[in-house]
Amino acid sequence: MSDFDAIVVGSGCAGAIAAYELASAGKSVLVVERGNFAGAKNMTGGRLYTHAISQVFPDFEEEAPLERRITHERISMMAPDANFTVDFTSDDMLVSGQDSYSVLRGSFDSWLADKAEAAGAEFIFGIPVEELVKEGGRVVGIKAGEDEISADVVILCDGANSLLTESAVGFKRPKGDTMAVGIKQVIELPASVIEDRVLANEGEGAAWLFVGDATKGHVGGGFAYTNKESVSLGIVATISDLATSDTPIYQMLEDMKAHPAIAPLIRGGRVVEHSGHMVPEGGRDMMPPLVADGVILAGESAMMCVNLGYMVRGMDYAIAAGMHAGRSAVAALDAGDTTAAGLTGYVQALEGSFVLKDLEQFKRFPHFMESTTRLFNEYPVLVRDAMNTLFVVDGSPVAPLKKSLVPLVRKVGVMNLVKDLWKGMKAL
Amino acid sequence: MSDIKITVNVDEYLALNKFEVDEGRAHIELVEDPDMAEFLKLVRVCPAALYKVDEDGKASFDYAGCLECGTCRIACGGTIVKEWGWPGPTMGVEYRYG
Ligand SMILES: Cc1cc2nc3c(=O)[nH]c(=O)nc-3n(C[C@H](O)[C@H](O)[C@H](O)COP(=O)(O)OP(=O)(O)OC[C@H]3O[C@@H](n4cnc5c(N)ncnc54)[C@H](O)[C@@H]3O)c2cc1C
Ligand code: SF4
Repeated sequence: MSDFDAIVVGSGCAGAIAAYELASAGKSVLVVERGNFAGAKNMTGGRLYTHAISQVFPDFEEEAPLERRITHERISMMAPDANFTVDFTSDDMLVSGQDSYSVLRGSFDSWLADKAEAAGAEFIFGIPVEELVKEGGRVVGIKAGEDEISADVVILCDGANSLLTESAVGFKRPKGDTMAVGIKQVIELPASVIEDRVLANEGEGAAWLFVGDATKGHVGGGFAYTNKESVSLGIVATISDLATSDTPIYQMLEDMKAHPAIAPLIRGGRVVEHSGHMVPEGGRDMMPPLVADGVILAGESAMMCVNLGYMVRGMDYAIAAGMHAGRSAVAALDAGDTTAAGLTGYVQALEGSFVLKDLEQFKRFPHFMESTTRLFNEYPVLVRDAMNTLFVVDGSPVAPLKKSLVPLVRKVGVMNLVKDLWKGMKAL
Repeated sequence: MSDIKITVNVDEYLALNKFEVDEGRAHIELVEDPDMAEFLKLVRVCPAALYKVDEDGKASFDYAGCLECGTCRIACGGTIVKEWGWPGPTMGVEYRYG
């Protein structure tokens, strides 16, 4: 007899939901979370798309600590001395199940963990799982602190920097060109000031991404998400490329805060937190096996995340994967078979869902970004120069538009532009 | 990197965070005499600015203030980062916002 039917490692998006599903089905489940409360170690951009969470908690909009409903999508091409922004609003973005909210993980993860606890899951906080206990190659439990605790199935939801997946499924430490580092500050401002600055109604806000000078031309981008009474401002940059940068990431963030396009957004604000976290960005090809004997991987422990420059998504994948992991574990426990073969229902469920389809679809995108450095350098400058020819008026006779624009495009190379566009489309 | 102007004092930002530093044990350890080229990578990627090179070119690292992101493990786990583990029970950073 094992101590528990299931042990879940980590109470982030994936873990709390997996535990909720198991407990709701009457299974005994222990969650071990190294933070002193759920969310204490976690950081995100962040925007949560609602479609996945509403499958588990249809009433989450009334209950969950959500920050602002995102009604403005902004993307900027940022040159050192200019910034070109597209601001998109659409009724389609507001349809239930298609909408999204900004979140802060301290409060959000605590709410998720409370749901699992109310359903009957047991929690240990403040202790990291040090190793998996194995018998004859099969995972049979965990070691945390002084204790060894056994379970028929262990669900690893320990996130992007998992130290356990190598032992679980033989997954080696990922390489620096498949992982990005995120840095973020939470900057406090009054609610009405935020709404005025991003042109949003009460309770609504913006998701804003910056390509180009935010990372000083390196692979990655800047982001700003509006919360109720703060702005989450940060940068995500691919580690291997960032390691060659002249400017360290923390100075990039400081410079970005002073950029004329961003400074007015946070003017008078007070930094209340400075955080860092990694983002897996390699797509389907970098993912480990999702199950082995006695163990399931869900969320970023299995690298389920995409970074498209104009969007980082991982929370909805983690939530859906946590849900399927919990439900498939219940089925495997009921069938009395939690070997890799008994757990394949999980892999099939994910293959049938948006999770693995998206990760397959976007698998070429990280390579496209990394090999297309013009995206972060020449193009923001090209856009700046083109816009300058349109908008800067100094009284000298206006040249025909074609005459001013063609040389600009030539500087980058017409073929380069066409090739990059084509490559980008193929990678999406 | 010497021509880069560092205008920010990240320590001041870290002071805003809540930390319980595990004084008894360093959860990250570097090899002795780390290769400078590798060390400079960590200077650039660590969001907490814990990898420092002073005016005389001397490298130093302090795990207090670590945000536990794992970036140095990914960047230099095969080279100069010898040990990378989580801080002990209840220790380390505690985000209030996240
Ligand atoms: C800068 C940045 C911006 C992002 N922006 C967005 C966004 O806008 N939208 C979006 O959808 N996604 C975004 N993401 C990605 C998203 O945050 C992640 O995909 C998501 O949090 C992954 O959930 P998870 O449950 O797999 O892991 P996590 O939420 O990281 O949870 C892992 C949990 O495991 C715990 N843990 C780890 N190891 C152990 C151990 N050994 N023992 C016990 N507990 C352990 C951790 O403390 C943590 O609570 C962003 C990420 C970053 C870094
Ligand atoms: S884990 Fe992150 S914050 Fe800590 S030292 Fe390494 S890079 Fe810096």
